[in-house]
Amino acid sequence: MARTMTGAEMVLKALADQGVEHVFGYPGGAVLPIYDEMFQQDQVQHILVRQEGGAVHAAEGYARSTGKVGVVLVTSGPGATNAVTGLTDALMDSIPLVCITGQVPTHLIGNDAFQECDTVGITRPCTKHNWLIKDVNDIGRVMHEAFYVARSGRPGPVVVDIPKDVQFATGNYVGPANIQHKTYRPKLKPDQPAIREAVEMIAGAKKPIFYTGGGVINAGPKASKLLRELARLTGYPVTSTLMGLGAFPASDKQWLGMLGMHGTYEANLAMHDCDVMVCIGARFDDRITGRLDAFSPGSKKIHIDIDPSSINKNVRVDLPIVGDVAYVLEDLLRVWKSKAPQIDKPALKSWWKEIDGWRAKKSLSYKNSDSVIMPQYAVERLYELTKDRDPYITTEVGQHQMWAAQFFHFDDPNRWMTSGGLGTMGYGLPAAIGAQLAHPDSLVVDIAGDASILMNIQEASTAVQYRLPVKVFILNNQYMGMVRQWQQLLHGNRLSESYTEALPDFVKLAEAYGWKGMYCDNPADLDDAIKEMIDTPEPVIFDCRVANLANCFPMIPSGKAHNEMLLGADISDEDVGKAIGKEGKVLV
Amino acid sequence: MAQAQKQSHYPSQLKEEAEVQRTLSVIVDNEPGVLARVIGLFSGRGYNIDSLTVTETEHEAHISRITIMTTGTPMVIEQIKHQLERLVPVHRVHDLTLEGEPLERELALIKVQGRGEKRIEALRMAEIYRANVIDASTEHFVFEMTGRAREIEQFIVIMSELGMIEMARTGIAAIARGKADV
Ligand SMILES: Cc1ncc(C[n+]2csc(CCOP(=O)(O)OP(=O)(O)O)c2C)c(N)n1
Ligand SMILES: [Mg+2]
Repeated sequence: MARTMTGAEMVLKALADQGVEHVFGYPGGAVLPIYDEMFQQDQVQHILVRQEGGAVHAAEGYARSTGKVGVVLVTSGPGATNAVTGLTDALMDSIPLVCITGQVPTHLIGNDAFQECDTVGITRPCTKHNWLIKDVNDIGRVMHEAFYVARSGRPGPVVVDIPKDVQFATGNYVGPANIQHKTYRPKLKPDQPAIREAVEMIAGAKKPIFYTGGGVINAGPKASKLLRELARLTGYPVTSTLMGLGAFPASDKQWLGMLGMHGTYEANLAMHDCDVMVCIGARFDDRITGRLDAFSPGSKKIHIDIDPSSINKNVRVDLPIVGDVAYVLEDLLRVWKSKAPQIDKPALKSWWKEIDGWRAKKSLSYKNSDSVIMPQYAVERLYELTKDRDPYITTEVGQHQMWAAQFFHFDDPNRWMTSGGLGTMGYGLPAAIGAQLAHPDSLVVDIAGDASILMNIQEASTAVQYRLPVKVFILNNQYMGMVRQWQQLLHGNRLSESYTEALPDFVKLAEAYGWKGMYCDNPADLDDAIKEMIDTPEPVIFDCRVANLANCFPMIPSGKAHNEMLLGADISDEDVGKAIGKEGKVLV
Repeated sequence: MAQAQKQSHYPSQLKEEAEVQRTLSVIVDNEPGVLARVIGLFSGRGYNIDSLTVTETEHEAHISRITIMTTGTPMVIEQIKHQLERLVPVHRVHDLTLEGEPLERELALIKVQGRGEKRIEALRMAEIYRANVIDASTEHFVFEMTGRAREIEQFIVIMSELGMIEMARTGIAAIARGKADV
């Protein structure tokens, strides 16, 4: 059933038909007709950000904390180019977004018109797909296809570019019911022979490990539940990438902690020494594998992924299974239960004994202090004092991000939002705003760094406008700590430009935006200060002054394998200096 | 450097496997920008394009066929196929080389200038290679030749000694042998 309306009306109608409640955006000349329609309806609420980059990250936080598609609306030219970082971020981390961009009128495209840019050209490599709509009658179809493509298969961002004259034109609107995409049909259900083979391999393992990732979270809460069931049935150890934290409960005794460059000793060693690795919704990223030719040399590998191009990209696997994690785990469990295979209990017992030996290293331990707040301690206390409130945590990028991943523990999916693939500083505050909007009564904390927070600090103003009480907990070490750490490790401790000379007074900065500002530099006061922060109904910037030169350990140094980790506990500066050979230095 | 590459946290392409050449047939929706997506994928991910041809093959259905010849290790070729299949307007990808020895043909237009002996020799060679004359004056020929890329290469080497001043090549069109369609 087609209905006549203007292009701009169709955009709003399509959003409403898709059940969209919130759009993050920023107006401008080329989207004014859409903004005019926005003004005249009340189904979709518009959240006015302060920079388009903030809109995209906010939509990411919204999407990741709800499982819904995040929606962004920006103008042509600079509006679209400002969105590019966020789109790339969402592509790398598989986050479903629909970004609507205004475009100059059709007859001016290609003329270097005011605020014209080749939006589909610029965003082609950083979206899953994009469209330039030249005929108003296509708006309904394209909008619904856009939502379908963004959320189906491996999720990702899409861009719909709409010239201003097309927004003004009238035509026929097509509703979502009539849309069937011509070509895009991702494979969700796995091949059954592969499932049976997987069950055999898993059951026959002597040193198994489940290596899980963001794909488990993207497959929905059911996938996390099934993962827990599989773990319980087998009794096998579970580790996860940065993106997958929360899919398996950190409080479970089968949990080994995060793996990878800053992962735990036990997780990385178990990956290295296992005989059967079951990769579930992860992609053998280089932060995970370290040196490729030394990556888990003795194991048979099963790889479950919805995206066939993720399989055999970095690491050759023995058994690929293409499908949605939830479907695959469901089938796997069904076959497992009907076959009831015998697992090698004595082997598993001695595998756990080996793992417990690695655990005993306590690779996350650090030297605490009475006089200065250690950043690890700050995150530990934040966790202990907030864990009962089921908080949503976002981060910026740097050491604080890794400490958050190591010391904040997640028992449920969709609670942890961080920029993994792209590593975008400035992600955390807008993402927290998006998460808070979706969960107005929950505690949302951005664990931030002093440098990162300045990259999108303007969004503090957005939080005030929509009364979003987000908490920004800055681990303020006065350095771009992660950069400084690498300079110490790799560049003779020459701290080139990694010290921020003139940091703002964060308390006053908070107050300038209408937030509460807090400060703490004494370990003895920290608990009370954190409690005060979480009990504050307004947004808070908490300037937590931490040890300036702390390093993030454990760490697999450049050029080393998983079993050559650097541990923090008793490492001297000299050891740090020697840890990376000359060859590693050239190439990081 | 190669040794050091292996030491990096950024894994180097493990080049133990030999490179192979493959001819891929990519069936796509003929929508604006589809070729840019395919080419952008190759340049963005550092894959090789040895030859590329494209044209609409089913007008009613707006379907085009892109024929790509590419070289890479088997692992990279697998990646290329999966990455192509991931593009939204791509219907399917066929590895014609893998599916059997495909028929591959290319068209070349070759302009040769000259008089006397060389001119006669050029015409004689064109006959041997079954190239047609499609334009001529007392001082030039334009030959049209269709064939396997290797034959065209040979013909070009010969013609370059006989006064070739210009040429245009289409790139390879390929199709599988046998009665089945793709
Ligand atoms: C947009 C962007 N620019 C540069 C970088 C490189 N980078 C990674 S971590 C980092 C330092 C972050 O400093 P801070 O936010 O203070 O965090 P810390 O490491 O001190 O905890 C930089 C510059 C990045 N990840 N993102
Ligand atoms: Mg810092």
